[in-house]
Amino acid sequence: MDLQGLERASEFRWVIEPTSRMRVPAVLYADEPLIRDMDDKVREQICNVAALPGVVGAVYAMPDAHWGYGFPIGGVAAFDSEQGGVVSAGGVGFDISCGVRTLLTGATREDVVAVQETLAHELARAIPAGVGSTGRLRLSEEEMNAMLTGGARWAVARGYGSATDLEHIEERGCIEHAKPAAISQRARQRQRDEMGTLGSGNHYLEVQWVAEVFDEVIAAGFGLALGHAVVSIHCGSRGLGHQIGTDYLRDMALEAPSFGIHLPDRELACAPLRSDLGQRYLGAMRAAMNCALANRQILTHLCRDSFRRFLPAADLRLLYDVSHNICKEEEHEVEGRRRRLHVHRKGATRAFGPGHPDVPESMRPFGQPVLIGGSMGTASYVLAGCASGEALALSSACHGAGRSMSRHQATRQWHGRQLVAELEARGILIRSPSMRGVAEEAPGAYKSVERVVDVAERAGLARKVARLEPLICIKG
Amino acid sequence: MGEWEHFAHGADIGIRGRGRTLAEAFAQAATALTAVVTDPALVRPAEAVRIECRIADPELLFCEWLNSLVFTMATRRMLFSRFDVRLSGDELEADAWGETVDVPRHAPAVEVKGATLTELAVRQEPDGRWLAQCVLDV
Repeated sequence: MDLQGLERASEFRWVIEPTSRMRVPAVLYADEPLIRDMDDKVREQICNVAALPGVVGAVYAMPDAHWGYGFPIGGVAAFDSEQGGVVSAGGVGFDISCGVRTLLTGATREDVVAVQETLAHELARAIPAGVGSTGRLRLSEEEMNAMLTGGARWAVARGYGSATDLEHIEERGCIEHAKPAAISQRARQRQRDEMGTLGSGNHYLEVQWVAEVFDEVIAAGFGLALGHAVVSIHCGSRGLGHQIGTDYLRDMALEAPSFGIHLPDRELACAPLRSDLGQRYLGAMRAAMNCALANRQILTHLCRDSFRRFLPAADLRLLYDVSHNICKEEEHEVEGRRRRLHVHRKGATRAFGPGHPDVPESMRPFGQPVLIGGSMGTASYVLAGCASGEALALSSACHGAGRSMSRHQATRQWHGRQLVAELEARGILIRSPSMRGVAEEAPGAYKSVERVVDVAERAGLARKVARLEPLICIKG
Repeated sequence: MGEWEHFAHGADIGIRGRGRTLAEAFAQAATALTAVVTDPALVRPAEAVRIECRIADPELLFCEWLNSLVFTMATRRMLFSRFDVRLSGDELEADAWGETVDVPRHAPAVEVKGATLTELAVRQEPDGRWLAQCVLDV
């Protein structure tokens, strides 16, 4: 990124003051190497978002930001409906409510290593992953509606997991004000066979172990112990969310002129929060969030079944489940007063600090767990929201490493089978139906997740709690 | 003859089709879409699926065409390698030829979530040929 016009407000905070049509500043969190490495498109996109109606405070880019569509990935922006604020389908993304859920197992790394091959084989068999895979569940229209309004609560009521799981999920597993009626037949049809599927691309189910603890008090509060195994699931709302994103991006692009909204680029298509289209999108998006929560709950159930067969002593308890592609109504102090705002986080994780009422009671003294997925074969991190994050970035942190290389470049540089063999030699078993998919997700095609989380911590967005290293990775 | 290519986009991938006609550019872009998932040469044109869309905006019609293909690929679990596209005003009618996904043979790399409005362009080039492009979310 060209640094001209960027003011370095502190070591990790870069500010672009409003120019031209921008209504608020754009703020980037990064060290110098990360910001120089960022695409100029990130700058163009956050400045465009800062020009949208009703945007308040500032628009933020997280340390893992990269070129997205409309909003950058790693972008955070809040809109006030009282000031003509908007909601953007591109600001949430097609994979609505994509997120990470981490489960404690009570087992140690050694316990897993003793059954690593058989457990990897069993998980690869049990977890539907990749293009063309289907789940075992077929939902009737009535059940689909129940799932879309009930989320993980619906899944638990159908026997997938227990009520105690719900306490450790964002919004206790169910997003209110979902409107199944705002979802097209196409979206429903696309989801019919996809409940309990992982998807492809950067989605995964990993068995990991706690390789390093940075904050012993918070780690203990979260139930993380050095040397113990955990499971992390990264996926979203599957075909339903993809189709809702598709439908509403088109509708917002078609209707934008009627709202009198000037769009520097059509990719910023949005609708006023106080419009029929804006409200319908919010209702559909919340239903997709419920779909994502139900999906991760079903995958958890499948994973528990597999563990029961090969590690019967393990007890898979939910640490937390948090999404990183969302728009949520939250209360924040902006420009000197508390306001209800619609916060878009596109490839950014909510990170509420200690004492926040939306953090589960058992973890409230420590702050909300922030789950950061690494790329295949690399570390993942558990962070905790901290008080300073509220003023810095509306309580938001990074979500992963972020790509540094295109898929095409990756396939020219790596071969899937060779990567699988190299990772196996390092004690990491990769199971995927597609070797080309493995090559496209090569660890070297991503930025260093270490650097991203270090900057997130040093910038005051979240605290590092633990580093997780992979043992088994099931990929689509 | 038309041609297709991919272009780089940070996390996702851009597709571009060119042809002597707009319909040919749309068909070539569809082949580029398949090539994101697998090698189009591996996909047998065994069965045709009719696809129809209508939008009075050439760029959004292009997106709608790609998204209709994505929807058909997802719900029928199919891949396509041959596209007969017919355009008439704001209406598109096409036959997409392909077959059911065969994971060992096609080794599909990634599923396409949808066509975005990013880098979206539908235009006639100075040499008279047509171009259609956008970024796919994968």
